[in-house]
Amino acid sequence: MGPRRYLDNELIGLNRMLKRMGFLVEEAIDRSIRSLVEHESALAREVIADDDLIDDLELEIEEKCINLIATQQPLAGDLRKIFTALRIITDLERMADHAVDIAKVTIRLEGQQYIKPLIDIPRMAMLARGMVEDCLNVYMDRDLELASSINKKDDEIDALYKQVFRELLVYMMESPRTIDQATQFLMVSRFLERIGDHATNVCEWVVYSVTGKRANFNE
Amino acid sequence: MKPAITIKNLNFYYRQVMALKNISIDIPANRVTALIGPSGCGKSTFLRVLNRMNDLIEGTRIEGKILFNDTNIYKDMDLMKLRKKVGMVFQKPNPFPMSVYNNIAYGPRLHRKISDKELDGIVEKSLKSASLWDEVRDRMESSALGLSGGQQQRLCIARCLAVQPEVLLMDEPTSALDPVSTAKIEELVKDLRDKFAIIIVTHNMQQAGRISDYTAFFLNGEIVEYGATREIFHRPVDKRTEDYITGRFG
Repeated sequence: MGPRRYLDNELIGLNRMLKRMGFLVEEAIDRSIRSLVEHESALAREVIADDDLIDDLELEIEEKCINLIATQQPLAGDLRKIFTALRIITDLERMADHAVDIAKVTIRLEGQQYIKPLIDIPRMAMLARGMVEDCLNVYMDRDLELASSINKKDDEIDALYKQVFRELLVYMMESPRTIDQATQFLMVSRFLERIGDHATNVCEWVVYSVTGKRANFNE
Repeated sequence: MKPAITIKNLNFYYRQVMALKNISIDIPANRVTALIGPSGCGKSTFLRVLNRMNDLIEGTRIEGKILFNDTNIYKDMDLMKLRKKVGMVFQKPNPFPMSVYNNIAYGPRLHRKISDKELDGIVEKSLKSASLWDEVRDRMESSALGLSGGQQQRLCIARCLAVQPEVLLMDEPTSALDPVSTAKIEELVKDLRDKFAIIIVTHNMQQAGRISDYTAFFLNGEIVEYGATREIFHRPVDKRTEDYITGRFG
């Protein structure tokens, strides 16, 4: 029984909570996109309701981190782990908020026929979803190699975002009737692009946690 | 900035035992340097080497150079002069068994002839610098042994200040004090930094973090890592430093 048993157990517990939060965020993104693509406003409402779970978990993790700082006076790697957890949950929480934003679009467009079949948005969603999964694996495994590969996926999602933007712009210019829906889809693609940015942030924080050095994968 | 003390290839032996191994560092002037490390790692030995406190211990031997103002303190410096320039405060406060006033006046009197008026000025100034004046101004003639532990420790610091040292060595100066007295000493250390170099041995990581600018991590008589405190506590380079400061051993 080492002198650090309490702190080590608490850090393991912290990881477990973060993993759970990550899982809930992944699920929220999946379901929000499915609700949009399949016109399922009931599912969208579930996503919005379940966001409270994620917010509660974020608070709980914050509390735990603050308690550890107050009672354990963590230093070096421990300090970086706890600080990183605090930053990562903010990114995860924002991702979940974007899932809620997408779910709200589903509800806003309830009963409407879409102006076009959704093709690129689901592709963007798949990419964003993959990035979220990657960033959580990077966090759990402290996998710096996977972390540094995230910006390639972020570039793909950014490119797709520009493409969707241009396409929707053409729709709007050709027919002002489409503006209402097109702006909604534009926002959805923006939310997905932002989710990718947050996943990139998570990877940067893990690099900091492991090495003490700041990374910038957003360039 | 010119270092206050330069240590070059220092080895120190207690008979056959090598207690300090090949230590080479510069101690910066006007900064607080903390020495940390597990018990028996050589921190206190190192601190004592800096004002030749080990000289009287039989069987000790030193190699290498310790330069103070470009003078090797083991070769070319008078011991009295060294002790005047390098003050020391210990774990347990050790005021002389005499009045508050005389505790402070003792050093200046020893080093030179001095008028009563000038001495009064030095005593007051030293006590003020040690944040003790307001608490003892009305009891200058009472025994120093009647002061609280925290006051005694500040008195010992004031006693050092009275001879205007250039370096202050502190060997766990707060380990016998309560939190409030500890906080006062820590504040004092931060204030005194402007006047001279301070080297402090502490087992309290948080204290080292709070008051020091530089930290040296000692292990088995060697300095494993030496650098800015914020770097050592935030992202130490050596795994042994990390393991020590995060409580994995020691």
